[in-house]
Amino acid sequence: MSCLVIAELENGTPNRPSLAAISASLELESTIDLLVFNPDKIDEIKKIKNVKKIYSFKNKIDNLVAEDLVNCLKQIAANYKYIIAPSGTFSKNFIPRLAANLDLQPVTDIIKIHDKNTFDRPIYAGNAIATVRSHDKTIMLTVRGTAFQPFAQDGGSAEVELLPDLLEGNHSKFINKEITKSERPELSSAKIIVSGGRGVGSKDNFKIIEELADKLNAAIGASRAAVDAGYISNDYQVGQTGKVVAPELYIAVGISGAIQHLAGMKDSKVIVAINKDEDAPIFQVADYGLVGDLFTTIPEITKEI
Amino acid sequence: MKALVAVKRVIDYNVKIRVKQDNSGVEKENVKMSMNPFDEIAVEEAIRLKEKNLIDEIVVVSIGSDNVQETIRSALAMGADRGILVKTDNELEPLAIAKILKYFVEKEESDITILGKQAIDDDYNQTGQILGGLLNYPQATFASKVIKEDNAMLVTREIDGGLETLKINLPCIITTDLRLNEPRYASLPNIMKAKSKPIDIIELKELNLEITNRLEILEVKAPPERGGSVKMLDNYSELIDVLKNKEGIL
Ligand SMILES: Cc1cc2nc3c(=O)[nH]c(=O)nc-3n(C[C@H](O)[C@H](O)[C@H](O)COP(=O)(O)OP(=O)(O)OC[C@H]3O[C@@H](n4cnc5c(N)ncnc54)[C@H](O)[C@@H]3O)c2cc1C
Repeated sequence: MSCLVIAELENGTPNRPSLAAISASLELESTIDLLVFNPDKIDEIKKIKNVKKIYSFKNKIDNLVAEDLVNCLKQIAANYKYIIAPSGTFSKNFIPRLAANLDLQPVTDIIKIHDKNTFDRPIYAGNAIATVRSHDKTIMLTVRGTAFQPFAQDGGSAEVELLPDLLEGNHSKFINKEITKSERPELSSAKIIVSGGRGVGSKDNFKIIEELADKLNAAIGASRAAVDAGYISNDYQVGQTGKVVAPELYIAVGISGAIQHLAGMKDSKVIVAINKDEDAPIFQVADYGLVGDLFTTIPEITKEI
Repeated sequence: MKALVAVKRVIDYNVKIRVKQDNSGVEKENVKMSMNPFDEIAVEEAIRLKEKNLIDEIVVVSIGSDNVQETIRSALAMGADRGILVKTDNELEPLAIAKILKYFVEKEESDITILGKQAIDDDYNQTGQILGGLLNYPQATFASKVIKEDNAMLVTREIDGGLETLKINLPCIITTDLRLNEPRYASLPNIMKAKSKPIDIIELKELNLEITNRLEILEVKAPPERGGSVKMLDNYSELIDVLKNKEGIL
């Protein structure tokens, strides 16, 4: 009985949220097993310290539907005391379905581990923190990547077990995917994020945000209002129902600071707010505020840095 | 064809949440309650499917105490046909809720079951997926576009890197994301009409389901405050200066 971590990869190795999930898992068990969907860089993944076994597949698996994944995982998962994944739309899609198959109640989005079965998780968009104790025999968790350090120790030499390729069911079929391509850093691992809101005004104007981001080697974020208005695509949304980020520097531009937005960024180390309304609620969580028109201020900053 | 929509009564999204003094939960007395915004989107989507003549009847299910009837009424006022209230005073977890919903999906023979992707109170984002697993129905979560195609649904989903489209056979489970639609306001005549639409009230124990919560809430606390207060700066040069020299970030 031990702990299975289902990792997501970026360029073949576990991404930052997955490394955070590994750190969390190692607070619970001294060694873990890891499951990854792409065997290409398995020799590198093997080196992660305290990983005993790695499950992967002969071929890289893309475009998984939850149904097929759960059918494959339910046999493996049944043997573990903990099943752990990073929080994100990938795990949110299949972890609860897997839980249904094993008759378990997952604890999602944990931000702290008290003991073997007691965890903190944010509720009400992070306006309250619940301490919950699980009484399930197998504990399923998803881990909020911003709440744990990414695991960085190597020296491991895990054994590898390749599983047969997933069987495709016939009731659910992948059709296509539109992945936003970007040279910029990932939102979930960026040190700096420049985020634009409704105040930016249009898709064209979003260039102002992009130019500042590029100058700072930052990722781009957005409020729901900016995404809804079509200034930028959905995967940039930060907040209660978007991504949760905690960079060293978060620059909120033309964002009012609704609680649903704050839920996704208030753990950032330094928050800068730029808004023309001095009463905007974003200033209540910001460390530094600048009252002014973003159309003049942002280009000035971009030029000066 | 029938659609079943699950709705939850939650503290309105505009209310500032306060944690109770004794750390047993959040203050709900004299607080505005509303339908979970994602569930409103689910109701709206069902109504749109009905307006396109793709389904014939919309059944709304909610689980909770008597006052949940209000929430069901709002869904009926938007355009759902009838309601089911499963009465319990316990706050149930997603697995338990999904077991109750499974009972009604099967009983009503729902072809398309639509839920909000998450409730804005406990923020779990689980119930639809668990329901899909319990029923072994195909699922499409975080939907931003739903189209019926032959005997299947073509659903575009919001995922971490962008969008993904799946084709799922009926019967199926769909959970809604924010951009699926903009829910309508109920018109006054429709609010009046909704008063005479039927709501079945059923005691949870009459269903004889094996339901127990697995999680114990030990405590609910306020989150740590961000230290200090905002320092307002006069111009962009000051900003660049503090970020460079004080914070050492740039
Ligand atoms: C269920 C639910 C879930 C939600 N989830 C999320 C979520 O995950 N993320 C999220 O962000 N929101 C979410 N929201 C929406 C949230 O409530 C707000 O509506 C949204 O965050 C507002 O976005 P905004 O700040 O960009 O727009 P607004 O509130 O309209 O603010 C625009 C700001 O720009 C400023 N401004 C305008 N012009 C200029 C200018 N020229 N220069 C400088 N400043 C200017 C204005 O002063 C204003 O403060 C959710 C809402 C609901 C109901």
